[in-house]
Amino acid sequence: MASESLLMSYGLVVGAILISLLNQLKMEREMFSSSLRATVQLIVMGFVLEAILAIEEPLYLFLILLSMCVVAGAISGKRGKEIPHSYWIAFAGIFLGSVVTFGVLYAAGVIQPEAQYAIPLGGMIIGNSMKASSLSLNRLIGELGHQRARIETLLALGASSRQAALNAVRQAVGAAMIPTVDTMKTVGLVHFPGIMTGFIIAGGSPMTAVKFQLAIMYMVAGATGITCLTVTLLAYRQCFTCDLQLIKKFSPTH
Amino acid sequence: MFIGGCLKMLTVANISLVKEKHILKNVSFELARGEILVLLGPSGAGKTSLLRCLNRLDSLDSGNVFLDGTDTRAFPITELRRRIGLIFQAPALIPDTVKKNVCVGPRLAGKNISDEVCQSLLSRVGLESEYCGRNVETLSLGERQRVALAQVLANEPDILLLDEPTSALDPTAILVVETLIQSLHNKLNTAMVLVTHNLEQAKRFNARTLVLADGEVLAEGNIRKLMESNANPKLIQFFEGRMESNELKGS
Repeated sequence: MASESLLMSYGLVVGAILISLLNQLKMEREMFSSSLRATVQLIVMGFVLEAILAIEEPLYLFLILLSMCVVAGAISGKRGKEIPHSYWIAFAGIFLGSVVTFGVLYAAGVIQPEAQYAIPLGGMIIGNSMKASSLSLNRLIGELGHQRARIETLLALGASSRQAALNAVRQAVGAAMIPTVDTMKTVGLVHFPGIMTGFIIAGGSPMTAVKFQLAIMYMVAGATGITCLTVTLLAYRQCFTCDLQLIKKFSPTH
Repeated sequence: MFIGGCLKMLTVANISLVKEKHILKNVSFELARGEILVLLGPSGAGKTSLLRCLNRLDSLDSGNVFLDGTDTRAFPITELRRRIGLIFQAPALIPDTVKKNVCVGPRLAGKNISDEVCQSLLSRVGLESEYCGRNVETLSLGERQRVALAQVLANEPDILLLDEPTSALDPTAILVVETLIQSLHNKLNTAMVLVTHNLEQAKRFNARTLVLADGEVLAEGNIRKLMESNANPKLIQFFEGRMESNELKGS
């Protein structure tokens, strides 16, 4: 794409700013600053990516992906502050989901341990795993509070923590998987995902684009599934004391 | 080891529980095999907390609870909870059939119970066998309370802890559930601790009563004798005060 074409496409933003000015919507300043910010961010990212994609040493690639998992774990862990060790739990889930998915894709020959595959796909896997982890923690906290009376009834009847929390865990995993499941149900019918669209725009054949998209979708589904299960199965254990008592933080008001 | 000639089953020795404030202060009492003990006190006296400590849903800060002479902390927690069954004030049943709810305790322990056993448990709590397939969400509060009772009985507990089982019921249903508890006690000879804030109910049970206020045991003995006795000015003041403030007035 020529730079002139890019400048012309920015004309659409200018047009929106003018409309805002004419109608006194007071959105022009924010639109201008955010469009400028997006431009700067993407240009910087372009330079950074060029440097990163030049990396050939697998160990460095692993360290970059690991640091992405650490950041994702820290952000997702905040969603489960009520659960002890939520940062570690989120990190473990995201890391395991990513490692297993990468391992399977590498073993299947879908990707190579090269920066041009590992970094963008890693970002996609880790990003989706982070969302799944956050949703799992958030929903688990809500369910443990909401179902406190039922959980304590089961505990009083002699249930283990796993038996008592099973329903809450199911609900949390189900809720966290909704975005992935719904995307798989509607792909091609309601929306055309980014990878496929990009591949076709870049001149690739639709069938090859479909194959890539399917591989990516399976990858995301696998990663989010593993992350959800790991996070909820590690998290619920932290919500009970060694005497099988549900910790007090979880009340129906949560 | 004997209370009034009966074998002691449960010994509560100087237990204390502190949360935001002192919930239980050096509470001690004993329960004999097959005995009904009524725990009477106003709201916030620590009655529910005491039952939760006995079932170990809450942990004590000090003191000991002994079951058949063994500290309850020495039991595997799931086994202890099956032996000391707790029925909550508001039963939280699984949104499923009555049968599924009644069978849940044994199922948690990896056992299946037959339809006949389920029906017999329901008949013990005064529900007909047709109730097996009914969804618990279609039941009245009184019926739900009976299902909760059957659910705990399915574990064949040594002691039943009943936390204000009639507090949400209408006057007729209260009498029905009280009669049911008495008849269960007569048939099964299971030791029971019945919590109530209702003085009239305590009088109807006419059993050994522990009066609890602000986490402390005020008095222990037969409720009628306690009310007649003038020996404890604190207790007289307590009864009069509660009667005046309507907190312990019978329904």
